[in-house]
Amino acid sequence: MLLIVSGLRAQNRESGQEILNGVDLTVRKGEIHAIMGPNGSGKSTLANVIMGNPKYRVTGGDVLFQGESIVELTTDQRVKKGLFMTFQHPFEITGVRLRSLIMASLDAVGRRFGVSNSIKKIDEIADSSGLERRFLDRYVNVGFSGGEKKRSEVIQFGLLRPKVAILDEIDSGLDIDSLRKIADALKSLKEEDMSLILITHYQRLLDYLVPDYVHVYDSGRVIRTGGPELAMVVEKQGYSPVLEHVRG
Amino acid sequence: MNRTTTRQTSSRSLSSSRDGSRGFSERVVREISEYKKEPRWMLEKRLKSLELYQSLDDPGFGVTTDSLNINTIVPYLRPEVQAARNWEDVPEEIRSTFDKLGIPEAERKALAGVGAQYDSEIVYQSIKRELESIGVVFLDMESAVREYPEIVKRYFMRAITPSDHKYAALHGAFWSGGSFVYVPEGVSVPLPLQAYFRMSMEGSGQFEHTLIIAEKGSSVEFVEGCSAPRFNEINLHVGMVELFVRDGARVKYSTIQNWSKNTLNLNSKRAIVGEDGTVEWVSGSLGSNKTMLYPASLLVGEGAKSEHLAITYAGKGQHMDTGAKVFHMAPGTSSVIDARSISINGGWAFYRGKLHIASNAKGSKANVKCTALMMDDNSRSDTVPVIEVKTRDADVGHEARIGRISDDQIYYLTTRGLSEDQAKALIVKGFAEPISKEFPLEYAVELNRLLNLELEGAIG
Repeated sequence: MLLIVSGLRAQNRESGQEILNGVDLTVRKGEIHAIMGPNGSGKSTLANVIMGNPKYRVTGGDVLFQGESIVELTTDQRVKKGLFMTFQHPFEITGVRLRSLIMASLDAVGRRFGVSNSIKKIDEIADSSGLERRFLDRYVNVGFSGGEKKRSEVIQFGLLRPKVAILDEIDSGLDIDSLRKIADALKSLKEEDMSLILITHYQRLLDYLVPDYVHVYDSGRVIRTGGPELAMVVEKQGYSPVLEHVRG
Repeated sequence: MNRTTTRQTSSRSLSSSRDGSRGFSERVVREISEYKKEPRWMLEKRLKSLELYQSLDDPGFGVTTDSLNINTIVPYLRPEVQAARNWEDVPEEIRSTFDKLGIPEAERKALAGVGAQYDSEIVYQSIKRELESIGVVFLDMESAVREYPEIVKRYFMRAITPSDHKYAALHGAFWSGGSFVYVPEGVSVPLPLQAYFRMSMEGSGQFEHTLIIAEKGSSVEFVEGCSAPRFNEINLHVGMVELFVRDGARVKYSTIQNWSKNTLNLNSKRAIVGEDGTVEWVSGSLGSNKTMLYPASLLVGEGAKSEHLAITYAGKGQHMDTGAKVFHMAPGTSSVIDARSISINGGWAFYRGKLHIASNAKGSKANVKCTALMMDDNSRSDTVPVIEVKTRDADVGHEARIGRISDDQIYYLTTRGLSEDQAKALIVKGFAEPISKEFPLEYAVELNRLLNLELEGAIG
């Protein structure tokens, strides 16, 4: 097992509000998981708790990564072990150029190619992911369109080559062409033994990246797990039947 | 043991000079002047400055100077006392920073004011020969007083007069060391002149005076200071820089200040810029306990230009009162101010600036931008950019911004594998980059390394 989330409970450190109510999730090598759920169901929060965002406090359960509990680790320590997350709304960082950030993070996770090779690799992956190279020399996410932000996230995913990546709404706010491009890029960057957790609202992304498991998530826990067909149900009928089915 | 001996020497010379409170100071001024074998006019200038110092009040703004005791300054102005200082006397904190910065032994000693720097002296001599061949004079200030009295007499403390403020007067009375640069008409100096080449000859400069005269159509780049911390036992630094930029000339003056964290640093810097002349100030202020520094540009000739780029770092216990002043006094003049500050761990960064556009400065352009980055809630940041525009025919832009690093930004960077410290350092370096890239390369690199070290110490 690559990643095991078991009975994970967490609260918002500031407000004390419970935000995870016993999440179970098991991800094996190479699997693609989709997490779907209504707006405000806390899917992003789950991603953030798994990544160790200091905003949240784990109050119960565990997260095992390659058999080792990681809940006490800082975010960067988790990333160094091979966990990664892309953001639905990546933050802007004035003064830090995207290329400098990528170079610093490659160095931090121990993927060192030397400066000129790194530059070449970054350029190549930008080209293949459809991000114009000039964005590499701009400040991180500053003045990027929605699509450019997503492509920048995908590039970083591709270069860091994590073992497990949580892609939080990598498909939101994109038109159909952009979505296809992003999905194609992800597909070519995903290696055989890499696992993905896709947080999404839409079936469309899952047409390109076919999930092994689909989880319907609500009120801080996984309500139902199924195969790709579950996503079709959600797509056609919305969440209510799925959620009612469980509640009933 | 050596340390004790040094201390005793100083206290003896202090007490023996203390006969009569007014006479005491005058006598020391005379001693300094005599020791330096100065001409009479310089001694008179010193004595006049001393009188002014005693009559002027402290400026009513900026840092507090309660800790200042003028009596402790005097003995250390004597080179023979300084030379007795020992490497072991240099605080551990500074020695370990030298280690981390990888500064060679000989250089460290010179920086700490404890020894001669033979290598740099050789470098200096060869540069000096090269400069002489194109008529450029690059000397320590004392030698300039003796060898070029006419030029020095004409310019020395004319941009900033001793009556300007209390510490200008203090400087005028006790100045010692510093650089003198004279660039003849039409000459471009092919390499940046670095004051540090000749640091060994003057000892550590608490009251150093830098005087640069760039004649018509000439150009020169001057680099002062060094990013390595400079140990200063007397806790007071009152330097002065005067730049005379004649018509069509260009002077770029870069400095990184990193005095040890016990220093009260009160500097005055001013440029007088003629027709179509350009002055560029690039400053990094990192060290000291308290600093007051507002380089000023007087744009007196038509079409004169100035650019002030400054980065200030205020860490634990530091109060950095820095800024820039520009006076547009002729038509068609233009200026840019880009001042940035970082405050962290309770540090206090205060931007104090003045932009004045006189009524005759029609068609002038000015752009003032001051940005502060606060790293935490304990730190403080203020901006007071005063702008006075006396003509309708001027184009003035102004932007002041105080920003805070958000937890979200830090978290985002940690999801890319950076530790929290690395994330903060990356943001700070990014913030400083537009300024640091204006330094000569090796200084920019050192500034970055220094910011890393500061942040390591501040956060870690």
